[in-house]
Amino acid sequence: MKRIIVTIFAILMVVSLFTACGGQKSADTIKIGINMELSGPVATYGEDNVKGIDLAIKQINDAGGINGKKVEVIKYDNKSDAAEATTLATKLMTSDTVLAIMGPATSGAFKAEIPVATQTKVPVISGSATADDVTVDASGVKEYAFRICFNDSYQGTAMANFALKNLSKTKAVILMDSSNDYSKGLAESFTVAFTEGGGTIVSQEAYVAGDTDFNAVLTKMKDMDFDVLFVPGYYEEAGLIIKQARVLGITVPVLGADGFDSPKLAELAGADAANDIYFSNHYSSLDESPVVQDFIKAFKTEYGVEPNAFNALGYDLAKFTCDGIGRASQLTGEAVKDALEATKDFEGVTGTFSVGEDHNAIKALVVMEVQGGKQVSSVRAGV
Amino acid sequence: MEQFLQQLINGLSLGSTYALIALGYTMVYGIIKLINFAHCDIYMIGAYVGFYCLTLLNLGFVPSLLIAMAICTALGVAIEKIAYKPLRNSPRIAVLITAIGVSLFLEYGMVALVGAGVQSYPEMTGFIATKINLGDITISMMQVVIVGVSVLLMILLQFIVKKTKMGKAMRAVSLDADAARLMGINVDATISFTFMLGSAFAGAAGVMVGMLYKSIRPLMGYLPGIKAFVASVFGGIGSIPGAMIGGYFIGLVEVMVSGYVNSLYKDAVVFAILILILIIKPTGLMGRAEREKV
Repeated sequence: MKRIIVTIFAILMVVSLFTACGGQKSADTIKIGINMELSGPVATYGEDNVKGIDLAIKQINDAGGINGKKVEVIKYDNKSDAAEATTLATKLMTSDTVLAIMGPATSGAFKAEIPVATQTKVPVISGSATADDVTVDASGVKEYAFRICFNDSYQGTAMANFALKNLSKTKAVILMDSSNDYSKGLAESFTVAFTEGGGTIVSQEAYVAGDTDFNAVLTKMKDMDFDVLFVPGYYEEAGLIIKQARVLGITVPVLGADGFDSPKLAELAGADAANDIYFSNHYSSLDESPVVQDFIKAFKTEYGVEPNAFNALGYDLAKFTCDGIGRASQLTGEAVKDALEATKDFEGVTGTFSVGEDHNAIKALVVMEVQGGKQVSSVRAGV
Repeated sequence: MEQFLQQLINGLSLGSTYALIALGYTMVYGIIKLINFAHCDIYMIGAYVGFYCLTLLNLGFVPSLLIAMAICTALGVAIEKIAYKPLRNSPRIAVLITAIGVSLFLEYGMVALVGAGVQSYPEMTGFIATKINLGDITISMMQVVIVGVSVLLMILLQFIVKKTKMGKAMRAVSLDADAARLMGINVDATISFTFMLGSAFAGAAGVMVGMLYKSIRPLMGYLPGIKAFVASVFGGIGSIPGAMIGGYFIGLVEVMVSGYVNSLYKDAVVFAILILILIIKPTGLMGRAEREKV
């Protein structure tokens, strides 16, 4: 009996090997790798990115592909782990021989992938890695790394200016996620810009991702004299912070960054509590330009839900990558890199942008306003 | 003063959840000397069961709580039967590794089923959503409920362990399983019963935490699980009153540190306490020193 089962499994495995290899041999497709967080603690960002990518690739293939060649994506899950991301990048570049890799979605994993990219000369592009030192550090620009989003210090600075100028607030308390580089980077740039602009940081408090009880720190804040609360973190915690703050009677405006962008923020906070929230974002669904509205419509038909900024970034990421490949003089990693570098006025859902010298996208951000649990308005803002 | 009282209330409601989880750790450890890492994931499953009862079935708080406790009980027994029972006579490390495996299975099984993101509990209405304002102090009714239900469950547990036949069997097995078997106690049934109790408590904690904080996710059990583990070590692992005291102690420490020292250090302080206990009094507050059997 046991032997029969073993034999069946062996046959199944061999068969599945063949089917897995089946379609990949043809030379008429362009292979692009996806190296994303599909499981693990930050899986939502990877999953959301991939939804946008899948939609874009489908549209591109339906329209005939890139210069007549269909796009084939090879998707791997890096389990939200930097080491795994590196291994998968190597696998995609050497054994799957992809032309470019999209992802990972988060800065840590993306940074881990870059040395492999430089070595094998395959460009890697991230849709949402916003840490400052992703594409450029002390030793210069990382030749094969690109991103299509702005960076954290840009967001922190913009929100500080927004608090000072648009809201006329001068006393801020920061409540940041001490376990997270993204949060720390935002807090730093916010502090610098806010104090330079004449404001004071009354206090800086911290929590750790995954916390659900913020009553202790909020109770402490209740006795402080401040008029704006900056929470550089993700919506999972921010939603709860807002709810618990409002219950305790803290009514000041709450500011945040792109980590706030999810309908879950208002759900967690509750419609009654989700008032006076302002956060910087990559795109606004309230934008009336046809690019944005067409995307929202297509996304809704495909998935049945409203897209969020990470979906939009994923969509732009795929379009941007394919645009670069389409303009490349030949189908090699080097040529694609050169084409991506030369991108000018790429019209994306998250804004029209060009690639700067440091391989960052040069683009404006939007500040969204939430009242009564709904996004009610958006303003374009720069630094 | 107001701030201190407010922090005290915050600490009690947080501590209650740790205490409920810590009880499960400590009971299982007491009886089969296993740190059941899957325990904190049963808490997570409880939160999800409660969530679906409230949203899909539109049930109220009490039925949701009872259903979650029932399903967690069944799950706890199933895990014990499938994963731990076959390893009863294996080295302890094998069971421990299995426990970690079960924990990962539950966490990522849930990620596969419902996605990795957070789900939010529905907005509470009626009595449970009210707030009590005493001067500057705000107490939400859910905080009162969570402390009340926890204390009730703990009294019930104390009663089961001290006054019932099953409780006597549990104490006998934890003292010496072989001798208990010789006395005619069904050791396997007793172990299953312990898992049932612990899992039911974890399920209750899951639903109440979901209602209090509204946010649940597949990996939500990890951090509270570790803190509850610290709580049970602090109280003396294997000791039921110890787990309760430990839970409340850790909850209060966490709140007081973020309220009066710096919120950056609260987790560091909790784990520093764990290290200190392990160095100074490894048996914990109420644990008894075991004599090495020769």
